[in-house]
Amino acid sequence: MKAELSPRRQVFLYGLLCVLLIPFVFPTWWMVTSSVKPISDIFAFPPQLVPESYDWTTYSKVFELQPFVKQYWNSAYVAALVTVGTMIVSSMAGYAFARIKFPFANAIFVVVLLGLLIPSEVTIVPLFQMFLKAGMVNTHWPLILVPIFGAPSVFATFVMRQFFIALPVELEEAARVDGLGRFKIFRKIALPLARPALASVAIFTFLHSWNLYLEPIVFLSSADKFTLPQALTQYTDAYGGPMWNIQLAAATLTALPVLIVFIIAQKQFVEGLAHTGLKG
Amino acid sequence: MAVVQQTARPEGRSSSSFWTIARRDSLAGFLFIAPQLIGITLFVLIPLCLVFWYSLHEWNVLANTFTYTGLANYQMLLEDTSLPSVLGATAIFSAGLVIFNLSLALLLAVLLNQKLAGITIFRTLFFSPVVVSLVAWTIVWGFLLQKNGGINGVLLVFGIEGPNWLREPVTAMISVIVVQVFKNVGLNMILFLAALQGVPNELYEAARIDGAPRFKQFRRITLPLISPTILLTSIITIVGSLQVFAQIAVLTQGGPGLTTTVLVYYLYQQAFQFHFFGYGSTLSIMLFVIVAVLTFAQWQMRKRIVFYES
Repeated sequence: MKAELSPRRQVFLYGLLCVLLIPFVFPTWWMVTSSVKPISDIFAFPPQLVPESYDWTTYSKVFELQPFVKQYWNSAYVAALVTVGTMIVSSMAGYAFARIKFPFANAIFVVVLLGLLIPSEVTIVPLFQMFLKAGMVNTHWPLILVPIFGAPSVFATFVMRQFFIALPVELEEAARVDGLGRFKIFRKIALPLARPALASVAIFTFLHSWNLYLEPIVFLSSADKFTLPQALTQYTDAYGGPMWNIQLAAATLTALPVLIVFIIAQKQFVEGLAHTGLKG
Repeated sequence: MAVVQQTARPEGRSSSSFWTIARRDSLAGFLFIAPQLIGITLFVLIPLCLVFWYSLHEWNVLANTFTYTGLANYQMLLEDTSLPSVLGATAIFSAGLVIFNLSLALLLAVLLNQKLAGITIFRTLFFSPVVVSLVAWTIVWGFLLQKNGGINGVLLVFGIEGPNWLREPVTAMISVIVVQVFKNVGLNMILFLAALQGVPNELYEAARIDGAPRFKQFRRITLPLISPTILLTSIITIVGSLQVFAQIAVLTQGGPGLTTTVLVYYLYQQAFQFHFFGYGSTLSIMLFVIVAVLTFAQWQMRKRIVFYES
């Protein structure tokens, strides 16, 4: 289908793509622009696609009403730990399943794959009880430990395994003949070659942790422990209705940094996700 | 997988005869998978057994009692008058989501697979909601879908009075589906795009020479060749659709009535809002069975639908 298109078809295609783009791009635009409008303008009719006047005090209220900096830090450090931890755990397990012969390897692999079948929602009740007994409720431990070692990291392990299987084995064999141990081979030879797979593991792990919502609202109860998704919904008035301008400002602060990183590194992002293991 | 076994020759520095290469490899293998295996045991297998155990009990948090009641919770499942609506909402939501998501993803992938200047910019923009924080995305859609919000504002410019999207049964369901699809369709789009680019060009050229129309080319060449990707994405999307929680919690809180109360949201309410941990566990078991059956069924279907497997 890669034939050159006639100019008329090209114009048609551009038009079609632009129309289809509206629901993908407009919400983000609307979020950013509405967050800087004065409260009286955010429901104005006709809708102001570009703000007619600005009110920056909304942004200071984001920080006044909740410990937003702390909450931002909570989300960031939890996501960072989960990302690094998952990269280590999944690359080691993926490598072993792909390369090392050890007893019951296949049986263990099937057991680990069970994690793909069991959404974390299924086990949320016992996990809550376990962490309650361990005194870890209202701490960040459940949000860190479960993703790194539990079901969410299984997908990463699977991706890493697929990648290592496709990697030529000759280099590692040569190193073995030279007497290098398994761990050194993994560290010095296999892992550096696995950068593209690790990058995509890092991306989807980070996004998964960054977006986590059910787990935080189950495990966390005090505002200074909240992560961002949970914090965003807490900007409510006395009747429980959302304070839209403040929620939108906080949402903008949450979404924009990741969006900017994505736009800078979009090639690695998109191609990394497309070309590693995920192809099945 | 093939590791060359040179059992006769001990490795360099090792002088011990016990630590043969095979033994050392076994040890290394176990050490490498240990973190994952311990994690799965602790955070998946044990909780799975526990959730089944809990489901056989009446658990009163306030009175702090935990009594064995056999299958009483499962009996309750059958008698729960809310459950039919919950399962109905779950089915409508998942079916609507999968159909809309996969067809839109395929359409976008086909459009983006054309030779056109600046096509990567479009690709980036279509993908961008994937990286926008889920709750931020949901909040702004909630804002747009208010009675006097942006969408109705635009409709009113054209003289159309829009509904109160999130407060009427049908439009509420459509809204939660649409919000979720636009958020994540970029992922499937990228997977389809990679699959489309893997289809050899010669096939289309041959078809063109034979005078096959574009639609027929798509039907007879493209679809069969990307069928493994369609299967994979549909499994991921269906399982994902059964886990949707944040969007419901933020947009509709399961309402109006029970129309958007999907199973996970109902489970959350029963266990963590009403503290019926026993019954919540029973609902968890049901969710597990549904996911397992659907995945297994789709996996079986691959033999009949999928054209080839790589």
